[in-house]
Amino acid sequence: MISWTAVYVLWLREIKRFSRARSRVLGSLAMPIFFMVSLGLGLNQVALPGLERNIGYLSFLVPGIIGMSLLFSSAFAGLSVLWDKEFGFLKEIMVAPVNRLSIVIGRVTGGTSIVIFQAIIILLFSFFLGFKFPGLFFLGLAFIFMILISLTFLGLGLIFASLMKDMQGFSLVMNFVIFPLFLLSGALYPIRNLPTSIRFLAYFDPLTYGVDGLRWSLLQMSSFPWILDLSFMVLFSLIMLGLGAFLFERQEST
Amino acid sequence: MEAIRVEDLTKHFEGIVAVNQIRFEVKQGELFGLLGPNGAGKTTTINLLATLLKPTSGRAWVAGYDILTERNQVRRSIGIVFQDPALDVKLTGRENLEFHAMMYGYSKAERQIKIKEVLKLVDLEDKADLLVEKYSGGMKRRLEIARGLIHEPKVLFLDEPTLGLDAQTRRKIWEYIKKLNQEKKVTIILTTHYLEEADYLCQKVAIMDRGVIIAMDEPQKLKDMLGGDILSFELENNYYSGRWQEKLKNLPWVKSFSWENNSFSLTTELGERRIPEIMEMARQEGLAIKSVHLHKPSLEDVYLYFTGRKIRDEDGILETRNQRAKRLSWRR
Repeated sequence: MISWTAVYVLWLREIKRFSRARSRVLGSLAMPIFFMVSLGLGLNQVALPGLERNIGYLSFLVPGIIGMSLLFSSAFAGLSVLWDKEFGFLKEIMVAPVNRLSIVIGRVTGGTSIVIFQAIIILLFSFFLGFKFPGLFFLGLAFIFMILISLTFLGLGLIFASLMKDMQGFSLVMNFVIFPLFLLSGALYPIRNLPTSIRFLAYFDPLTYGVDGLRWSLLQMSSFPWILDLSFMVLFSLIMLGLGAFLFERQEST
Repeated sequence: MEAIRVEDLTKHFEGIVAVNQIRFEVKQGELFGLLGPNGAGKTTTINLLATLLKPTSGRAWVAGYDILTERNQVRRSIGIVFQDPALDVKLTGRENLEFHAMMYGYSKAERQIKIKEVLKLVDLEDKADLLVEKYSGGMKRRLEIARGLIHEPKVLFLDEPTLGLDAQTRRKIWEYIKKLNQEKKVTIILTTHYLEEADYLCQKVAIMDRGVIIAMDEPQKLKDMLGGDILSFELENNYYSGRWQEKLKNLPWVKSFSWENNSFSLTTELGERRIPEIMEMARQEGLAIKSVHLHKPSLEDVYLYFTGRKIRDEDGILETRNQRAKRLSWRR
């Protein structure tokens, strides 16, 4: 049985920790905003093949950067279980009379709240750079995609955190899993520009559908039908979260 | 009903036997010590009883609940202070306690009362709203003890409660532990590799070595097994008297006796009480005694007696718990 108090406690813990770590707030926003400003403004005049003429590169880039921010922050939030392992706090949670599913749900909701908050700030900043407001309905759809992207990669982070004993593997995961997922996803350029063999890989990247869905919500341009993006993201988030929760539950907690 | 009952509990880690068919019982309200060197299996035993690990074989009951089939009831009945710190250092002391109390299902009003009470018990009332990362090692330990008590556990586990603390802080923690046991009637199981800690605190001690319990009794009884105190007398000059030797050997309370060039020694219980008697006898005999030495056996002697080895402090006292936590995590 899920203990909602435990979920609330762990959610509150994430929020409190985040609100106190000013450097973390700034750091997590700096990279996406720098990307957006330098690439978006610098390459705005470039005619990229595959881009419709009335859409500038900046507009094309905004959904991609939001996707990037969601990917990195969510994976980081999932992997942060490793910090709790390292500093022993995980044991304190594990010995409490609440089931582990509650622990997973608490962490995931806490992580998602923070990640979505960051994505909103980036979106607001992009309006300031000249990104057009898509209208309330499409904004709502964009939020659904944001949440699904966040859940998918929180699940992925949780999977790795449950499989690893300490923080040594952290940079390995970041460099060999998270970065490729970002670069393959079509966040920076349309994936149809990739050679077939690499494009084939991109089809297995959840972020490809996430970014494509976001792009449709915010710009009404996409490589796949939006309903396909949505279905894939629901599927991916369920698989990742399910597997993450399963592995987290299975690990011995000392 | 016993607070803890352990029957043939065994835990293997990838072929290594960490705990090997141990059995013991802890009475309600008892302060029970698991004493042994690092790697003896003490922490594994605690983790098994706290349901953090599953045993390879054997059974155990904590507060009457089976550690395998009634895990949630066990968790509800126990408090635990881990060997390595388990606090969220980015939260304040009060928040750490608050979150813990919420996890155990206390209402807001109950939480306020409980938190105030435990903070007072460990003298942290004025530091409660500081971030834990600003706490000293001793304060962190005290906060953890306070946290372990919030939900009024029937059994409290303390895994090396004074590891890495300085002598003064250690004393203080000892006093808190004693107070808890006496005032709150909590059953306490502590592990330690400090012999004087077990001796000072525990009503009953199980000595563990390489995964097995090699001796278990009250500390005094364990020491008595070694035959009592050793009294050594040094004489002014080389002197030998067969009559004196006979006389001492025939005393009913002398358990053993030995003679060297200008000294003799004997083992007896309550050695300090026999000194005047022997001095008087020696005076009548005309023996001039230069010095007397009384050695009370310690748990160290007991450990040495059972294993033929000394408990070494392998970590070195200077290593802090944080350093230890770091080192252990890299080794895994």
